[in-house]
Amino acid sequence: MTPFSGEIAIRPTRGFRGLAARELWAYRDLVFLFVWRDFVARYKQTVLGPLWFVFQPLITTVIFTAVFSHIAELSTDGLPPTLFYLCGLLPWNYFAQTFNSTSGTLVANAGLFGKVYFPRLVVPIAAVISNLIAFAIQFVLFVVMYGLHRASHVDATYGMRWDALLLPLVLLQVAAFSLGVGLWLAALTAKFRDFAVLSTFLVQLWMYVTPIIYPLAKVPEQWRVWVAINPMAVPVEAFRYLLLGTGAINATLIAVSLAMTAAALVSGVLVFQRVEKTFVDVI
Amino acid sequence: MSRPIIEVRGLSKRYRLGTIGATSLREEFNRWCDRLRRQASPADQREFWALRDVSFEVSPGEVVGIIGRNGAGKSTLLKILSRITEPTGGEALLRGRVASLLEIGTGFHPELTGRENIFLNGAILGMTRAEVRRKLDEIVAFAEIEKFIDTPVKRYSSGMHVRLGFAVAAHLEPEILIVDEVLSVGDYAFQRKCLGKMEEVSRGDGRTVLFVSHNLGSVTGLCGRAVWLAQGRVQSIGTADDVVAEYVRSQTDETRSDYDLRAWGGPERAANHLVITDLQVNNGAPLVHGGAFRARLGFRTHAPVESVAFALSFATVEGTLLATFDSDHDGRRHSYPAGYTGAAELALPTLPLGPGRYALTLGVRSGDAVWLDHLPACSVVDVQPGPRTHAGFLHAAGGGLRLVADWNETAAPGP
Repeated sequence: MTPFSGEIAIRPTRGFRGLAARELWAYRDLVFLFVWRDFVARYKQTVLGPLWFVFQPLITTVIFTAVFSHIAELSTDGLPPTLFYLCGLLPWNYFAQTFNSTSGTLVANAGLFGKVYFPRLVVPIAAVISNLIAFAIQFVLFVVMYGLHRASHVDATYGMRWDALLLPLVLLQVAAFSLGVGLWLAALTAKFRDFAVLSTFLVQLWMYVTPIIYPLAKVPEQWRVWVAINPMAVPVEAFRYLLLGTGAINATLIAVSLAMTAAALVSGVLVFQRVEKTFVDVI
Repeated sequence: MSRPIIEVRGLSKRYRLGTIGATSLREEFNRWCDRLRRQASPADQREFWALRDVSFEVSPGEVVGIIGRNGAGKSTLLKILSRITEPTGGEALLRGRVASLLEIGTGFHPELTGRENIFLNGAILGMTRAEVRRKLDEIVAFAEIEKFIDTPVKRYSSGMHVRLGFAVAAHLEPEILIVDEVLSVGDYAFQRKCLGKMEEVSRGDGRTVLFVSHNLGSVTGLCGRAVWLAQGRVQSIGTADDVVAEYVRSQTDETRSDYDLRAWGGPERAANHLVITDLQVNNGAPLVHGGAFRARLGFRTHAPVESVAFALSFATVEGTLLATFDSDHDGRRHSYPAGYTGAAELALPTLPLGPGRYALTLGVRSGDAVWLDHLPACSVVDVQPGPRTHAGFLHAAGGGLRLVADWNETAAPGP
């Protein structure tokens, strides 16, 4: 049932369709219920429940510290390796999870989409929001680790900055970008199944071109703009800059990163909306 | 009341055959190369119009039934009007809040409780949380699941599942309700209740209903008008009684009575020791509820076979098995040498099946458990109402058996 009255015209659309923001707003309750369903359903059957959100980054950090810091001896920008990796993994995990859940949107919900109409964007948007829960838990983990570290190293030079309050804005950029790329992949996967294989692989490789296991400062200055074309690079570095006080970001890099994010989001929404209207015919 | 609430003008939908199912990049690349060479790609020519230039109007408060055979375009029409897929051409205007019910319990999550699923399903169908909360008690009472409201839906019986799904849907308050064949599930009593609720919805509040069904009885019972679709086009529009009558007449004309089954299901069967080669239903006469029924199964043996027993079963078109007639019910089984052709004939004096459409399954066993040949749902038959089919029986959604028995009634005055 459409939650609003009025005339609905059904006709073939040519080209790209703009965003029906008003309709999306009318379905906000559905967004909320999908977020809640994702969370409740995911943990009803696991023994450890949301604790899994804590183990995953913790184990990754331990491995990274052992392999990249101790064996390969990669720089961590003068920061304790544990905090360095954990901090970089915060936005990265959020991106990877969101990308994973949104890129499967159309294929995974084909049964539902084939039976009832609601704006399809509701599902990826709900995924973006429900992954914030995992992010929040991991953020608490980071704060605890940070507190333990500061307590045992009173004379440490690194530290959280006051402008860490800007963090939600950086997170918003990560969310927007994950949604944008996720929508692209969702549209492509619905049309060509090749992309389902590709997207897992893509996320793995992507991590290496993002400064997670190395600081952006290690990249020669004239190349940093190129690294910033990857819209995940600057947010990851910004997380470290705001939470730990070191990082090589400047206004140009931020501008490039934001522009790329906006491009990804807008094109992602357009492509997704183009595919969503007939994809049930080819699924 | 003058302006139609649903206006469908020249609606068409084309499917490309062969591209149903996601394509691979390689296929797409080949097609693109063909297009560059300005040749019509062979893939582009295999297209199929599921709907062709369909137009009709529905006035507010009308209940309109859509009938037609499988593949006539009914589901495609509902999918377009429900905005699940887009038309290829033409347009449709819907003036009001639309709810479409193409499936019962869409989006139910097995891990969530009944109460949680009411909210989820309600939201998927377009209700706000506040609306669901207001109607929660009513929905729970309608579904008759008060005791299990906080039990996960995965522990529900299929009947409870359906009742809950319909209860949510029945409490939507749309101006236009689009319903597909959803009443074919659920028990009889609940079906009556749903039909009643739908009647109440349409007559009571002047709501508009578009209703697709194979159950012609419920179309004539519920709908004022009907649209008959055949091969994607509108064959006829008019009062439900007229259109249904016309449809039934055409069905009887085109019901096939002879089936060549040699190539049925692919070439593997040719290696069977015994193969059913053809089926003749009722010597070509229409099947009538309460009338006689005959079937003749032709067969050929490729190897010596022992203890052969034939079986013929009726199932609903949804696949529920209703009745089986075994040739060895009295213990008689035959043996045949290789290279024989023959026929097994079945005669039934009174066909107990209610009016509706059924699938026939044929099988041959050797002994108790070895299948020599098995042809599930290899033909479809329509049973017409007979002289002694009473009106109430029509509502039994094609699954009703009326068996013959001897009844003796006695009565005497007094308590």
